Amino acid sequence: MENKQYTAGDFKSAAKVTWCPGCGDFAILSSLQKAMAELKLTPENTAVISGIGCSSRLPYFMATYGFHTIHGRGSAIATGVKVANPDLSVWQITGDGDCLAIGGNHFIHAVRRNVDLNIILMNNKIYGLTKGQYSPTTERGYVTKTSPYGTIEDPFVPAELTMGARGNFFARSIDVDLSTTFDCMIEAAKHKGASVVEVLQNCVIFTDGVHDYYSDKETRPDRTILLKHGEKMIFGANRDKGLVLDGLKLKVVTIGENGITQEDILTHDATEADNALHYKLALMHNEGLPLAIGVIRNVEAPVYDQEVKAQIAEVQANKPQRKLRDFLLSGETWEVK
Amino acid sequence: MAVHEKVKELDSVVIRFSGDSGDGMQLVGNIFSNLSATLGNEISTFPDYPAEMRAPQGTLGGVSGFQVQIGAKNVYTPGDKADVLIAMNPAALKANAKSLKPHSVVIIDEDSFTDKDLKKADFKTENPFEELGLTQIQVVPTPITNLVKLSLEGLGVEGKAALRSKNMFALGLVCWLFNRSIESVTPFLEAKFAKKPAVLQANLKVLNDGFNYGANTHASISTYHVEVAEEQEKGIFTDVNGNNATAYGLVAAAEKAGLELFLGSYPITPATDILHELSKRKELGVKTVQCEDEIAAICTAIGASFAGDLAVTTTSGPGLALKGEAIGLAVMAELPLVIIDVQRGGPSTGLPTKTEQADLMQALYGRNGESPAVVVAAKTPTDCFDMAFYASKIALEHMTPVILLTDGFIANGSSAWKIPNLDDYPAINPPYVSADMAEGWKPYKRNEETMVRYWAKPGIPGFEHRVGGLEKDYDTSVISTDPANHQKMTNARQAKIDNIANFIPALEVEGNPEADVLVVGWGGTYGHLHTAVEKMNESGKKVALAHFQYINPLPANTAEVLKKYKKIVVCEINMGQLAGHLRMKVPGIQLEQFNKVQGQPFMVSELVDCFTKLIEE
Ligand SMILES: Cc1ncc(C[n+]2csc(CCOP(=O)(O)OP(=O)(O)O)c2C)c(N)n1
Ligand code: SF4
Repeated sequence: MENKQYTAGDFKSAAKVTWCPGCGDFAILSSLQKAMAELKLTPENTAVISGIGCSSRLPYFMATYGFHTIHGRGSAIATGVKVANPDLSVWQITGDGDCLAIGGNHFIHAVRRNVDLNIILMNNKIYGLTKGQYSPTTERGYVTKTSPYGTIEDPFVPAELTMGARGNFFARSIDVDLSTTFDCMIEAAKHKGASVVEVLQNCVIFTDGVHDYYSDKETRPDRTILLKHGEKMIFGANRDKGLVLDGLKLKVVTIGENGITQEDILTHDATEADNALHYKLALMHNEGLPLAIGVIRNVEAPVYDQEVKAQIAEVQANKPQRKLRDFLLSGETWEVK
Repeated sequence: MAVHEKVKELDSVVIRFSGDSGDGMQLVGNIFSNLSATLGNEISTFPDYPAEMRAPQGTLGGVSGFQVQIGAKNVYTPGDKADVLIAMNPAALKANAKSLKPHSVVIIDEDSFTDKDLKKADFKTENPFEELGLTQIQVVPTPITNLVKLSLEGLGVEGKAALRSKNMFALGLVCWLFNRSIESVTPFLEAKFAKKPAVLQANLKVLNDGFNYGANTHASISTYHVEVAEEQEKGIFTDVNGNNATAYGLVAAAEKAGLELFLGSYPITPATDILHELSKRKELGVKTVQCEDEIAAICTAIGASFAGDLAVTTTSGPGLALKGEAIGLAVMAELPLVIIDVQRGGPSTGLPTKTEQADLMQALYGRNGESPAVVVAAKTPTDCFDMAFYASKIALEHMTPVILLTDGFIANGSSAWKIPNLDDYPAINPPYVSADMAEGWKPYKRNEETMVRYWAKPGIPGFEHRVGGLEKDYDTSVISTDPANHQKMTNARQAKIDNIANFIPALEVEGNPEADVLVVGWGGTYGHLHTAVEKMNESGKKVALAHFQYINPLPANTAEVLKKYKKIVVCEINMGQLAGHLRMKVPGIQLEQFNKVQGQPFMVSELVDCFTKLIEE
């Protein structure tokens, strides 16, 4: 049979995309469709599952199988899809409210179980669909409709939560950085097990510019670091800054100053099982440290849906009964003649 | 073997084994029941677990009981009150004092009736029988503990290990009492302890000694002979409780439909045993996910259904409350889903280990929006198999969530069950899309006759589609907020469920069809209602019974049946939920109610009293 080569366009449905003009979700959608084509997925073997929120409308815009479910439950529904049919490529689309507030419990357990899902978390630090209430990722002090005097809560850092839930794959990108988003999605799909890709997303209506500090094209090279497995942690417009460990803390140094050479700079190992350094990289945030983007953690571990299959196969290898009646007859019975 | 001098001939008898939770009363109760079934008795059993798992030894909180009714035929309940009680300690006697018939036989382990033991069970005096007002019973005090120690001395089994066999001594005594030979018990013990030959030897020895003790000292009590049925149904039988029967019914439906079975569940009493059983059945290909909560449990099932499995979630009342929103999603996405609610006493945490029928309204109406789903109920432990099968069949063929209600009473109760042959069950044919439908296919396109949409499982090229909780356009299946369309879709979803009335059995009337009083019930009360109605008719009072297994939609002939009778009494273990539903669905009928909310099943005697009064009124 001839294998059709699908293009990004083949993953677009006929439905009109309904996000506000300028919403960061458009770029994420487009990166996703490109990534699926690059991964040689087929629309019939791909399922896109979401909860509720602006971001969660995404499945309607895809030409794959899709399920727009209920608020916060995407991780659980996607888990069911993947366990029922592990041959499907299953993508969960979620927002910061959907994933980390109402869906927090399902999210951490899907990550802990290591179900082979590609979870795309569109983080606009606000509830968009319900028109502007603060979310679990909103910075302390931020003014929203439900925090008119500023929030008095500290936010989750999705990477920290993912790793706290024993997560094995975490990547971060920014909506405007299409190529990094694309690369992260590719790596997420290749990783077997739960992969979380956080994309910082601009909501033009309620949080316009919240990510500007990192996303601004001019200053981005100095304020973010694109981590690549096996490569030195070097960044900056002049590629002269790097990360080193100073005691238990990460520190930015300049290559060529104070006798620092390339050799002194840390090399990124995304596959290191010990997550201590991954935590530190994921938590970098201001205070002179760049925001880490790219694949921060990518570790192999037993995959839940495969284990479900394997356990059934193992038991079946030792027990001959395949039919209910045969099983029942093998138990304690008596015959009336 | 001793020849009994005084043998009582009985149609049926109720025996209760009771002791500390560590005394192994459930085991001997089970063995005795199965043994009786093999000898041709009908059986109905009910285990009564302790209220507290780790209650101090010898206290009321730690009493574990097992009741069985055995008889020639028409045994539909474990019985109201016991003819024979085995009480291994004073707490067991106290816990069961109210459930004894006036002249019942009570066997006690007199070694555990010391002052200390009496204190633990909060007795104030030295004579527990008088204190409990048990003056007419026949007590058989037996030094079980010491006799067991003596019995095992020769085998080198001592101390705590020896005391573990006390239950076998009691079983031996009961076997003597009911004329069951030791030879007939042996195979059950051999099966149970196949891997522990030393334990088997010890137990057989004690069993034998218990039997002989009865035979040698029987002077004071009569033994029983329980009639066996003349014509027994032929076939291979096993003993099954309602929860396991439910599990097997689901497996049967998956097998019949050619689908894989998926269960998403979160442990909750008294439903957990279904999860336990299905988790074990990997050789039959069953997939189980123990989820983080009940919401995740139903949501994984909905995901599995979307992906093409026969998907199920099992729970009890509090869990059903959590699943409400997700059931609505399955209604809206029109996906097959089986939701099993093993009802327990509520509201809130209520009485977790006790039975009730008070989730009916929740099952029917406990969701936002116009959200019709199918609601069915099982009537006996073995009927759980059939209803789980038919719940699955309806869900799969009509693309809808189906809620199956069972309850703690039938879930834990068991009876003998003829192992089914699946050839005797109907085929299950879900409305799959076929290749020729691909052109212009839409996910919400319906079969205009049944209003059922078609099922396209992910993986089939040409049928990629999106479903979800938002309202869709009737024709194009895209999101729609059009007012007229919402009405049309609401009507379509309702019509789809209403139409199922054409696929379920008619409501049957048993007892005397020319009756003065029609008794109406549903679900797990069947055994008691049936027995009470039969008793009435035997005594010449004309009573009929209409028992519902299908509640939404109601059987097509419901109004016709109900309108035939002048006096109708709806009997439920709740405050009148089916009665309310029937008043709404069959306007103009007059219904009396008999309700009880004590965490206990009905008693046949209280039903007979109620029906008698109604006839005399
Ligand atoms: C059970 C339930 N509670 C509340 C809502 C209302 N609701 C819909 S989306 C949403 C928050 C969405 O925020 P987020 O997940 O961050 O997505 P965004 O719209 O920002 O993309 C809320 C509170 C709902 N749909 N269902
Ligand atoms: S409200 Fe914000 S998140 Fe929602 S679509 Fe508009 S811009 Fe995007």
